[in-house]
Amino acid sequence: MSTQIRPAPVRSSIYVSAPPERAFEVFTNGIGRWWPKTHKIGQADLDRPVIEPRAGGRWYELDVDGSECEIGKVAAWEPPARLVLIWQLTPEFKFDPDLVTEVEIAFTPEGDGTRVDLEHRDLERLGDKADAMRETVSGPGGWPALLQLFAEQSAKENKGDAA
Amino acid sequence: MANANRVFAALNDPTRRAVLERLRNGPKPVGEIARGLPVTRPAVSQHLKVLKEAGLVDDRSEGTRRIYHIDPKGLGAMRAWLDQFWTAALDAFAAEIERSEKEKK
Repeated sequence: MSTQIRPAPVRSSIYVSAPPERAFEVFTNGIGRWWPKTHKIGQADLDRPVIEPRAGGRWYELDVDGSECEIGKVAAWEPPARLVLIWQLTPEFKFDPDLVTEVEIAFTPEGDGTRVDLEHRDLERLGDKADAMRETVSGPGGWPALLQLFAEQSAKENKGDAA
Repeated sequence: MANANRVFAALNDPTRRAVLERLRNGPKPVGEIARGLPVTRPAVSQHLKVLKEAGLVDDRSEGTRRIYHIDPKGLGAMRAWLDQFWTAALDAFAAEIERSEKEKK
């Protein structure tokens, strides 16, 4: 009845006017200075996400009340050229240790700056997860949460258009 | 990418989000979805068509009625969300680099 979706990886690139060493440093150690505060999974307000500086390290969210919520892991730590993170959040935005989707970020020198290429892949595994959770998909953590995120983002974008 | 934009366009409307909310608890025919909404039934059908084209809902025939249900995986929406999310995140990352590089000078 429902069609099997095999989604293509999400890809996004941007140029930044700093060398790869600096870009890698801001992306990882400085993630708290740029990560959108609205994108959080814990109950409390977000303080900052943390990427531990080593392969096998944790990637988690630190909230203002001191609580920590796992986002995933660090799979590859190769400054300044490459970083691979493991995103383990389900479509319900819950951490699932069995879910593994990869986010690879490549930092390539370009002119005086750096081209940053991000690829989030293995997204069909999110679908497999959703399959297992089909029964609970109408629960409070699933669609409503996703719709809320959409509504917020759309509202922001509209404001941007109007400005 | 077009898919992501389509999902966003589909959800960028309070009535369509209300329609989706109504499908949360299970499949429903158009009449039941329209009940209580401040728009006409043909308008609801039109909204459902947009949601269907975005891959957010699907339908099946039951006699003369059309029964609508949400894409149970929400995967199209999830991918679209990630697409927008990472673009916004990289924009914010680049802005932070610009800010800190300026500060150094």
